[in-house]
Amino acid sequence: MPFETLVAGCLAYVVLMFGVAFAADRAAQRGHVRWLDHPAVYTLSLSVYCSAWTFYGAVGYASRSGLEFATIYIGPTIVFTGAWWGLRRLVRVARMHHVTSVADLISARFGKSNPLAAMITLIAVIAATPYIALQLQSVSLSFEVFATQSPNGPEIGGGTALWVAAGLALFSILFGTRNLAADERHHGVVTAIALEAVVKLLAFLALGIFVVWGLADGPADIVARISAAAEDPAREGWVLRPDRWTTLTIVSAAAVLTLPRMFQVMVVEAADEERLHVAGWAFPAYLFAMSLFVLPIAVMGAEMLPTDANPDLYMLTLPQASGQNLLALLVFLGGFSAATSMVVVSAIALATMISNHWLTPLWLLLRRRPAGDDPEDLRGFVLNARRLAILAVVGAGWVYHQASGGTSALAAMGLVAFTGMAQVLPAMLGGLLWRGANRMGAYAGVGTGFALWLATIFLPSIGIGVAPVPAEGVDALSFAIFLSLSLNTLAFITVSIFGFPDPVERLQGLSFVSTIQPIRHSRMARAEDRAEPLLAMARRVWGADAALHYFQAQAAAQGKSGFLPDLTPGFLTGLERRLAGSIGAATAHAMIDRVAGGMALTVSDLMEVADEAQRAKEEAQRLESATTELERTARQLREANDKLTALSVQKDAFLGQISHELRTPMTSVRAFSEILKTPDLSDEERSRFAGIIHDEAGRLTRLLDDLLDLSVLESGNAQLTVSAANLHDLIDRALSAASATRPERVFTIDRDLPSEHLGVITDPDRLLQVLINVIGNARKYCDAERPVLTIRVMRREGNGPQIDIGDNGAGIDTARQSLIFEKFSRLNESTRAGGAGLGLAICREIMAVLGGEISYLPGQGGAAFRITLPSRPPAISRRGGV
Amino acid sequence: MIEDEPNIAEAVRFILTRDGWHLALHDDGEGGIEAIRDQRPRLVILDLMLPNRSGSEILSELRGEGDPGLAATPVLMLTARGQTAEATTQADAVMAKPFANEELRAQVRRMLG
Repeated sequence: MPFETLVAGCLAYVVLMFGVAFAADRAAQRGHVRWLDHPAVYTLSLSVYCSAWTFYGAVGYASRSGLEFATIYIGPTIVFTGAWWGLRRLVRVARMHHVTSVADLISARFGKSNPLAAMITLIAVIAATPYIALQLQSVSLSFEVFATQSPNGPEIGGGTALWVAAGLALFSILFGTRNLAADERHHGVVTAIALEAVVKLLAFLALGIFVVWGLADGPADIVARISAAAEDPAREGWVLRPDRWTTLTIVSAAAVLTLPRMFQVMVVEAADEERLHVAGWAFPAYLFAMSLFVLPIAVMGAEMLPTDANPDLYMLTLPQASGQNLLALLVFLGGFSAATSMVVVSAIALATMISNHWLTPLWLLLRRRPAGDDPEDLRGFVLNARRLAILAVVGAGWVYHQASGGTSALAAMGLVAFTGMAQVLPAMLGGLLWRGANRMGAYAGVGTGFALWLATIFLPSIGIGVAPVPAEGVDALSFAIFLSLSLNTLAFITVSIFGFPDPVERLQGLSFVSTIQPIRHSRMARAEDRAEPLLAMARRVWGADAALHYFQAQAAAQGKSGFLPDLTPGFLTGLERRLAGSIGAATAHAMIDRVAGGMALTVSDLMEVADEAQRAKEEAQRLESATTELERTARQLREANDKLTALSVQKDAFLGQISHELRTPMTSVRAFSEILKTPDLSDEERSRFAGIIHDEAGRLTRLLDDLLDLSVLESGNAQLTVSAANLHDLIDRALSAASATRPERVFTIDRDLPSEHLGVITDPDRLLQVLINVIGNARKYCDAERPVLTIRVMRREGNGPQIDIGDNGAGIDTARQSLIFEKFSRLNESTRAGGAGLGLAICREIMAVLGGEISYLPGQGGAAFRITLPSRPPAISRRGGV
Repeated sequence: MIEDEPNIAEAVRFILTRDGWHLALHDDGEGGIEAIRDQRPRLVILDLMLPNRSGSEILSELRGEGDPGLAATPVLMLTARGQTAEATTQADAVMAKPFANEELRAQVRRMLG
């Protein structure tokens, strides 16, 4: 195949990748993320695990060590199938805490310690640099394979690696640092990687099928050839080494969790933990497909190709030697995909770590200005820091590649990276599962592991020092892995046990281990996230309208529109106080604390508490309202009873009064009538006693008349005889009749005769009765030496006339004025006037029946009454009652 | 006798005087209680319904006197009310108005021995 075709195909492929990444990013920007978030895309992006090492190197590995290469696939398969729950939890915790990298995760868990993150970043960079160099080497080696085969192919040197490195850096910068999304997701990159995963798989399967059915005679033949190869004593490496299998499986399992690029696609780029449902089986299936033909290709390569051929390149040289140029191109593109996707994702992940944990803290430190005072400034810096970091990471890989001379076996370099990042695993797992783990433990564990890894694995791999071997026959790598990981874990646990976590660590530990939402210290950042659950909670407690109203008012008070106020201390305190009124102080405090603190996982629990409290409150309110109802009824009953009692008392008092008023004259009548029977009485005595009997009998009659009269008037059955009358005549008749009362008193009568000549239509007898009563009272009670009776009649426009009758006596004291119209109230009890105290009560009833009224006129010098007549005669207004 | 109805007072005086008793008449409580202290009567005939101070108030005052002999003065209460429970507790005897003259004479005889 002409080299130009290869280059052209390669360039076309690169353009396709750029196009796909660009299109995916555009789609994501427009919000079309549904297909981008598809679990298949997520699963395929996980295949970034299969770098050029696993693509080309697995065959080389198999050629040298037989089935051992499978450990690289077994580890992840165990993690995805066996530890599915733990993986899900890792994703959940990481997303809860908005973790951006594996270093970020561990530092967040251990009290947000940046030095720890910086240290892990260092390990990652040191481990990844040879690994990236490895990818560059695989690309340049594969180019070389084609170039040497091409008759007019150019001289391939370090130039290819440089061009590839530059291209990958450009791609990473373009699609990895387009923006600073809060969730650090890169749709373009992920989509391109998913597509590359398909190319990788297709290439591998195509070659595998060609090898099994094209070069060999089907599966049975291949199995026979593999068995024969395994029997070959020359292949001593094919001996199964349980120590290596165990340690390599552990290391690959650790790598899938801790490798920066794996963490990037598995955790950071995950939309949510639900993706793992599909990935849990699909990713192991992908790995199985990728490993299916490794051994057949290795065996056929060894059989068909010259013995000096590089087993790491069997994938390319086998189809080439068979004249399958298109297949070779496809495999080349698969390998290119594996290398580029690894470099791109690693570069992005490492750049994130470097900028977040190295450059940004340093910049903030050097600026000596409070963070966040100019977010745009910081944003610009972080983006540039990442671009720089990508260049540095890829550049370091290229420099390493140049310096190492591109001779090391691919697989060994991959393992070095794996074992390096595996040192982070104890701190990661411990942080997720053990609340007792603390920062000092993490430092101790990671530090110990890192140092041992450097000394026993990394440095020997680049030719500095020799890996220690404790005894003859013990595998050096397995021992180094065992030593570093076990001492790492031991240091981590021991120091954790004897150390004391600080409060932030404690909280983060609780949050990580119980998967509780973290406490956010940046108040403004995600205020809406927390105001919302607070509102939801308040709704449960107060009801929707009241809660919304309160939040709206609070937001307005802060000068915000909408209904989500900033969670200022003032607002939280006020809210807590108001909630405390509904659900009690302790509960309110706990709720506000949890919700405002962002521990969203327990919000549902709190909601239940709120519901419970609300139910209890409603119950209490219901009881209270029932009690109120009962109290109201009881009060009404009490009032009714009081009224009845009062009526009963009044009735008793009335009966008592009547009894008294009847018995008193009867006592005299009876006593004197018995006395009259006495034989030896003088005539004068007899006459006087008979007079007393007569008077008292008259008093009795008057009383009975009055009682009857009052009863009729009060019942509304009074018979009225309405006719026209002259007030002057009525007053004359009243004065004449009243003069019978205490006739010895001579009154001066003061009248205004002309005004009295006024015609009225009324019941004249009833009005006369009132006039006689009032005048009679004046005669009875006026104690003036020269008694004067004043009578004045006043016409009133559009109204009936008024008659004022007053004397010049002492009058009635204020306290008694309100009582004089009541039954049995005498104007002056000390004065025996012969009346029962019913006169004015009767007058009041009569005036009411006549449609007028009688009232006492205070402040007239003596006792004065005003009789008011209605404008319309009572005959008309009271016809029905007649 | 303390009684505000002059006709009743006159009737009682006539009846009891004929039996040889000496009767002092008072028409209100104030003068009445003074007279009791001064004259130390053997019997007080007291009307229940009096102006200003009721018969039961006067009776209570009498029973509360510091001089035990005075406080123990026998009292015959006259009442025109139907129910007389309130007044009867401290009185030695109660008589409802109207009464038969013989009844009054017998009662006074009984109380004065």
